[in-house]
Amino acid sequence: MAGVQVSNVSRNFGAHKALDDVSIDFADGGFYALLGPSGSGKTTLLRQIAGFDFPDSGRISIGGESVERVPVEKRRIGMVFQNYALFPNMSVADNVAFGLSVRGEPKATIASEVQRALDLVQLGKLGGRRPHQLSGGQRQRVALARAIVTKPRVLLLDEPLGALDKALRVDMQIELKRIQREIGITTIFVTHDQEEALTMSDRIGILRDGRLVQEGPPEEIYDRPQSEFAATFLGDANIFRGDATGNGIKLPDGTEISAGAGAKLAAGAKASCAVRPERIQISTGTGRLESANANSLKGQVSKRIFAGNNSTYFVERAGQTLKVIVQNTGADRLAEGQPVMLSWSPESTVLIAAV
Amino acid sequence: MAAQSATATRSGLRSALPLLAPAYLWLTVAIFLPLSAMVFFSFMTELPLSGKPWAFTLGNYAAFFSQSLYLTLLLASLRLGLEVTLWCVVIGYPAAYVLAKVLKGRSREAIFLLVILPFWSNGLVRIFSWAMVLREGGILDTALNAVLPFKINIDLMYSYPAVIIGLVHSYVPYMVLTCYLTLQAIDDSLIEAGRSLGATRLQVLKRIIIPLSMPGLVAGAALIFVPVVGSFMEPRILGGRTGTFYGTVIEDQFVAVFNWPLGAALSFILLAVVLVILAVASPVLRRAA
Repeated sequence: MAGVQVSNVSRNFGAHKALDDVSIDFADGGFYALLGPSGSGKTTLLRQIAGFDFPDSGRISIGGESVERVPVEKRRIGMVFQNYALFPNMSVADNVAFGLSVRGEPKATIASEVQRALDLVQLGKLGGRRPHQLSGGQRQRVALARAIVTKPRVLLLDEPLGALDKALRVDMQIELKRIQREIGITTIFVTHDQEEALTMSDRIGILRDGRLVQEGPPEEIYDRPQSEFAATFLGDANIFRGDATGNGIKLPDGTEISAGAGAKLAAGAKASCAVRPERIQISTGTGRLESANANSLKGQVSKRIFAGNNSTYFVERAGQTLKVIVQNTGADRLAEGQPVMLSWSPESTVLIAAV
Repeated sequence: MAAQSATATRSGLRSALPLLAPAYLWLTVAIFLPLSAMVFFSFMTELPLSGKPWAFTLGNYAAFFSQSLYLTLLLASLRLGLEVTLWCVVIGYPAAYVLAKVLKGRSREAIFLLVILPFWSNGLVRIFSWAMVLREGGILDTALNAVLPFKINIDLMYSYPAVIIGLVHSYVPYMVLTCYLTLQAIDDSLIEAGRSLGATRLQVLKRIIIPLSMPGLVAGAALIFVPVVGSFMEPRILGGRTGTFYGTVIEDQFVAVFNWPLGAALSFILLAVVLVILAVASPVLRRAA
């Protein structure tokens, strides 16, 4: 096992900056998600760490050893590919055995290690099958067993769950997490699915246009986004734009919103505030507001989407559509077209410097 | 359930018939009928067209076994087929690999065109151009002597290597095309997966790429081996006196000696031998693939 350090890595493809001065420290034994839209450079970064491609500048080290010019086969990494990339000409057991047999391990060792890896992914009895005889979830497990049987220093996963259906994906998320804990391997996981990143990882790195936007534990990124992009890409957020006042912002129409979290900005600077939809209280305005909710706005419900355990209200306010999520507590639901009062606390409001 | 699926198969065949019919009709008329006539001829003493009296005989087939010359020539032709096939693999497979996995876009199209070019040129023109290249004082001889500081004498004309060169040139596109198709179907991530597991490029080639492209190699080998064993044009023009092979003997029976029955019998012996070889080789090759 080993940690991975990426320092000031840049990679250009012609005029396109796929990675622009990216630095991330992947702690030993951690589960790390690289999150970003397509074209953000997350897969490029993973391929640099794997060694399929070399950076133009910057350093990459695995376990303290510089590897930025070491080819992939010498890096001792394990990788799971988006389409699993199982060898169709080999049985499941031979697929898993491949990494050990190219190293020239003795046959008996290979057989027992392969069986152990297949047992770990709960496919102990399917060693004799061919990949095409397996379901998507089973192929996924074989790919994982094949990647970890060689005891790699790092496990790299390139959108490994993207091809699975929703229910299976949730199962595999739990399974993957269990296996990762069991063997304690440093894991770097590329995904464009924010929910997957939130539920699985110890830390998340958000990438955009080849740059690292924000990096930290999921709770921190969700609760304290440092940019509008981070706020809206990881989860939903209502964004208010205006001028900083010292303890919040002033909207163009004069409404003041006070923010208890986020950046400290000098008064007068362009700034925005992000508020999560589930932090906003929605009411008809007749009842009493919670005392802590110092921020309030008036609006009108334009749409309600009922999703069983919660409802999402779209509220029109001064040309802006705000999103509010309300848990289903059995209370009266608000009708479309109804004037409402929105309120939330400054602690739920994150101040963000405008770019 | 079983009956249901049987009906489904039958109706599937019926609806497919209009699509199959033209091909099978053509094969019947253009290949099966003339070939049947040839089988018929091979059992005759004389060609009925010449007006001479004729009778049925096994003598034409017996001739093959009574004279060791035919067997010697057949073995020489099989060896020729094997050598040409091997050279086509050695030359064609790496080219197919580069076309399928290394080159992209425009440069791939350009190189592809160069590979297919022999297909579009007339066979005789191709062979006679080789004659100009290979003979003493020819293009190769002159060019090498112009570059090299010492005098060498290149005269490959009318030799076994000349025959091999001509045949490899004619048939290598088959190998390139069949291998290209199977290589191109191999997902690049399989190669990357192999390397991520610690395999060197050579190990990836041996254990992933070659096994997965085996169907292309086998198809290419079959497409080359069979016609080369019966080839006569290249051996005759480029081989001269050394270019006597089984195929040229058959050609002689039809064109020079006008002994069609013997020529037909020799052809069918060749066909039988080739079929036996393919039958014996196919399980081995299928296991390898």
